[in-house]
Amino acid sequence: MEYYLNLFVKSIFVENMIFAYFLGMCSYLAVSKTVKTANGLGLAVIFVLSITVPINFLLDNYLLKPGALSWVGSEYLTIDLSFLRLIMFIAVIASMVQLVEMIVEKLSPALYGELGIFLPLIAVNCAILGGSLFMQQKSFSGITESAVYGFGSGVGWYLAIIAIAAIREKISYSNIPAPLKGLGITFIITGLMAIGFMSFMGIKL
Amino acid sequence: MDNKSKPNLFFINKKSEPLLSKKNRALLSDPLDDNNPITVQVLGICSALAITVQLKPALVMTLSVVFVMGASNVIISILRNLIPNRIRIIVQLVVIASLVALVEQVLKAYSYDVYKELSIFIGLIITNCIVMGRLEAFALGNGVWKSFLDGIGNAAGYGIILIIVAFFRELLGSGKLLGFQIVPEFIYGMGYENNGLMLLSPMALITVGVMIWIQRSRNRKLIEEN
Repeated sequence: MEYYLNLFVKSIFVENMIFAYFLGMCSYLAVSKTVKTANGLGLAVIFVLSITVPINFLLDNYLLKPGALSWVGSEYLTIDLSFLRLIMFIAVIASMVQLVEMIVEKLSPALYGELGIFLPLIAVNCAILGGSLFMQQKSFSGITESAVYGFGSGVGWYLAIIAIAAIREKISYSNIPAPLKGLGITFIITGLMAIGFMSFMGIKL
Repeated sequence: MDNKSKPNLFFINKKSEPLLSKKNRALLSDPLDDNNPITVQVLGICSALAITVQLKPALVMTLSVVFVMGASNVIISILRNLIPNRIRIIVQLVVIASLVALVEQVLKAYSYDVYKELSIFIGLIITNCIVMGRLEAFALGNGVWKSFLDGIGNAAGYGIILIIVAFFRELLGSGKLLGFQIVPEFIYGMGYENNGLMLLSPMALITVGVMIWIQRSRNRKLIEEN
C-alpha cells in the first residue's frame, strides 16, 4: 500500500508531466484562460490517462514485448512485435479520445464548444503518449502499478492546469505590458513555475 | 487578377483560380507572422521545447515537419469526404504515423548519423499537435492545393520559431552554433562563462515568451484583451 502511495505522490509532484517533462504543453497553454474550462479538460485528461496506461500495459506485456506471446504457445516465444508499439499505443489513445469526445458532446455541449479543437487534440497531447511510454520504460510489474501511475500523472497535469488557470484569472487585473498580455506572460510564468518544481527533483520516495 | 480580362475563361472555369492567387499566397505567408502556429495558435509547443537546445536537431526537425505536414494535409484533403466523422481521429493518426515512419526509414537509409542523433525526436512528430491541429482545422474542410499550401506554410512558421529559439539557446548556452565554436577562446579567458541556465527546458519557455512579447509589440493587432 505504502509503495502505491509513494508512486502516486511521485507521479504527481516529482515527475510532474508539465513542469518536469514539459509534455502536454499546447492544450495546457491554450485552454487555461478560465478555471472552469481548465477543470473540464483536466478531468478529461485524468480519465484518458488512467484508462490508456493500464490498457497499454496489458497490450505491451501480452502482445508486443519480446516473448510476450508465450501464453499462446511455446512456438510463439521468439516473436518480437515491439516495432508496432507506437502505432498500437496511438490507436488505443485515439479510440479513447474519440469516446471522450462523444461523451462530452452529449453531456455538456457548452464545454464541448469551449474546448473546441483542443478536445480531439488530447489524442496528440504528448502527456498521454508520454504516460504510456514512461510506463513501458519503467517496466512495472503489475497492472495496479500502471493504473496508479496513469492516474497520478493525470492528477499532476490537472493540478498544473488548474494552477495556471487560477493565476491567469488573477493576473488579468494586473498592469502588465500590453504585448505580453495573454500568451506571453503565461509562457514566462510557466517557466518560472517549472524552475520552482525543479526543487522536487532530488526527492527520493 | 487576370480573370476579368478573359471573361470566357472565367465562366468556364468558375472554380479555378491562379495557383498562387492572393488568397493562396496568404495561406503560405500568414503562418509566418500573423497566424504563427507557435506564438498565436499555440500548437506544437512540446517539441519546440524539447529539441531547441542545439541548432542542428531544430533544422532537421523543421525539414521533417515540412514534409509530414505537406503530405498529410494533401492525403487527408483527398480523403476528406470519405472519412466518417466518428473515426476521423484514428484515420488522421494512422496517416501521420505512417508518414513519420517513412521519414524515419529515409533518414535511417541516407544519413544514419543524423538518424541516431534524432531517432526519438522523429517519433515525437506523431504527437506534435501542429500536424493534427492543421488537419482538424483546415484539411478536413478545404481543397487539395490549398491544404498543401497551408501545411507548408504552417510548418515553415513553426520552423522559424524553432530555429530562432535554438539559435539563442545554443549560442548563449554553449557558445556554439551547429556544433562549431562561435564565442572565441580569449573571451572565455577574460572571464566569460556560458550561461548554463539556457540549456534547461524552463528557459526555452521564457525565450518563447520574450519572442511573443517582441512579435506583439511589432504587430499590435495580435495583442490579447487580458
